[in-house]
Amino acid sequence: MKKYSLNILLVVFAIGLLFAAHFRIIDSYIQIVFMTIGINIMMSTSLNLVNGNMGEFTCGHAAFMCIGAYISSILSVFCFGSKFGDPLLPAASVLIVFPIIVLIGGAVAAVSSLLVSVPSFKTRDDYLAIISIAVNYMIISAIENMDFIGGSRGFQGMKDTVWAMIDIFDGPWMLFWVINFTIFTVWVIRRFISSTYGKGVNAICQDEVAAEIMSVNTNKIKIINFMVAAGLAGCAGGLYSHIIGYVNPQSFNILKSTEALVMVYLGGMGSLSGAVISAIIFTGLLEVLRSQAIIDGLLSPVTMMFPDWEPSAGVIKWVMIPLLLVIVMQFRPEGIMGNRELGDVFPKLKKFYRFK
Amino acid sequence: MMAQSQVQTENAPVLEVNSLSQRFGGLTAVDNFNVKLMSGELTGLIGPNGAGKTTVFNLVSGFYQPTEGQILVDGKPTAGFKPHKVTSLGVARTFQNIRLWNDMTVFDNIRVAQHYWLGYGFFHSVIRSKRYKKREAKVAQEAQELLEVFDLQRFKEELPKNLPYGTQRKLEIARALSTHPKLLLLDEPAAGLNSHDVKDLIRLIRWIHEKFDVSIWMIEHHMDVVMELCSHIKVIDFGQTIAEGTPDEIRNHPAVITAYLGDDNI
Repeated sequence: MKKYSLNILLVVFAIGLLFAAHFRIIDSYIQIVFMTIGINIMMSTSLNLVNGNMGEFTCGHAAFMCIGAYISSILSVFCFGSKFGDPLLPAASVLIVFPIIVLIGGAVAAVSSLLVSVPSFKTRDDYLAIISIAVNYMIISAIENMDFIGGSRGFQGMKDTVWAMIDIFDGPWMLFWVINFTIFTVWVIRRFISSTYGKGVNAICQDEVAAEIMSVNTNKIKIINFMVAAGLAGCAGGLYSHIIGYVNPQSFNILKSTEALVMVYLGGMGSLSGAVISAIIFTGLLEVLRSQAIIDGLLSPVTMMFPDWEPSAGVIKWVMIPLLLVIVMQFRPEGIMGNRELGDVFPKLKKFYRFK
Repeated sequence: MMAQSQVQTENAPVLEVNSLSQRFGGLTAVDNFNVKLMSGELTGLIGPNGAGKTTVFNLVSGFYQPTEGQILVDGKPTAGFKPHKVTSLGVARTFQNIRLWNDMTVFDNIRVAQHYWLGYGFFHSVIRSKRYKKREAKVAQEAQELLEVFDLQRFKEELPKNLPYGTQRKLEIARALSTHPKLLLLDEPAAGLNSHDVKDLIRLIRWIHEKFDVSIWMIEHHMDVVMELCSHIKVIDFGQTIAEGTPDEIRNHPAVITAYLGDDNI
């Protein structure tokens, strides 16, 4: 019971959410928010593998999301869309093929991460940050110049796949997939990082020289760790593109990478539960600050002094969130959870669940 | 036939270093260094500060690639090997300044050091396959045994940074031993210990030497440690070997006295 308590809780929550979505108890806006939370959890936990657990600094994580998004979108259009001619596969197979498509997107993203990791892990520290930014720009520019997938106008047609799913059964399919992949991501990371093999990553973070001398193949582990992170980000990208039904290279620019970074630093470096919590808080905050009424309320003392000023929520949001980061760094530099997990912060939870 | 080959392996040098030189730019840190360590030996490497002792260790453990010369571990050349590869051949080392993974538990410290024979990869760790469970159980058992013989059992779930200094030293040696070395390099194991801890350390090293069937090569500044433990001592200064022999020979060797105390006619 203790072993499965979290699993049961998650399943109940997921089924509850899906039922609520199916019977229109929550409208499509709330569904989108939940899906964004899922995507953001995938992004922040996977980035946390590199920036938190491994102690390196990569700031081009959106590049892998971009690769995953494009690869799975293209595959999805080939298989079920009509943009490139007749669909390759019968629409009935969509429920099996779709997760495979997303995973292929992730796999390609993982392989492409070698573009960053092989040159940068020969050296240390700042090089990874520089190379990852460079690769982020490279990938966006490359896609912008590929006219056959829309170039800078973006790429669409993935909705056909979603429609195919809805034809089989009219339900909140994307929500279903996002929940599954989010749980999959956290599950993979947790198992990887709690094995002795994965603890090599933490050893590298704490003392790379000692790790190398104590028989940890540091270069290999670093590359594998980076591949896992990139692959999971690629899966996130694949799902994202199918939720929106449209991808544009510019939606995976450095700002997206920064969002992922903010979530990791907000949650605490190297804390998996911290990354999950901060992804939820961050996405929630983004949505709350989207409301003009709340922004007006927050800024009412200022607008009373300067009545001519009409702040727009879309702009002010990007003042508020970085400000939040500054405040967190000032008063709690280790992030919400530090490098601890939920079970360490609230020992009472250990009664209900066996933490690793 | 069988007996003969066994005799041969027993007599084979664990480490053989032939005319090893290391130059950093214009500085020759190690010059034409030779050593042959037989299995089961307890040897010392001493010399004044900056003599190149740690450089020798860094070369043997694979941190630096030597400018010249050859290193054979158990008869196999290690040229071009990364440190983790050299470690898996059977060379473990500790550091002058303790380098434990401070935010991992004592138990994890010892488990992660068994990476070289873990025998499973990422996918096994995610799906928790049979092989994963078998290997992980084996690693945990090894670590557990090591903790028990080192009397570190009660610190199992502690973080190394919270342990007393002497215990950290002990843990570092235990961690090095968990890589199943044939040769253990100890880089100043007594650094920072008080005289009481030093006595414990001498006892510990002698005990390890007997119990684990491992050759030990140590750098040390505490002469009493070296003189008491080592059967053979090598002295280097400015990268060159100036003397070698038994502790008694070294104690009275004129070149050693000059190197440590300076010349008479200043």
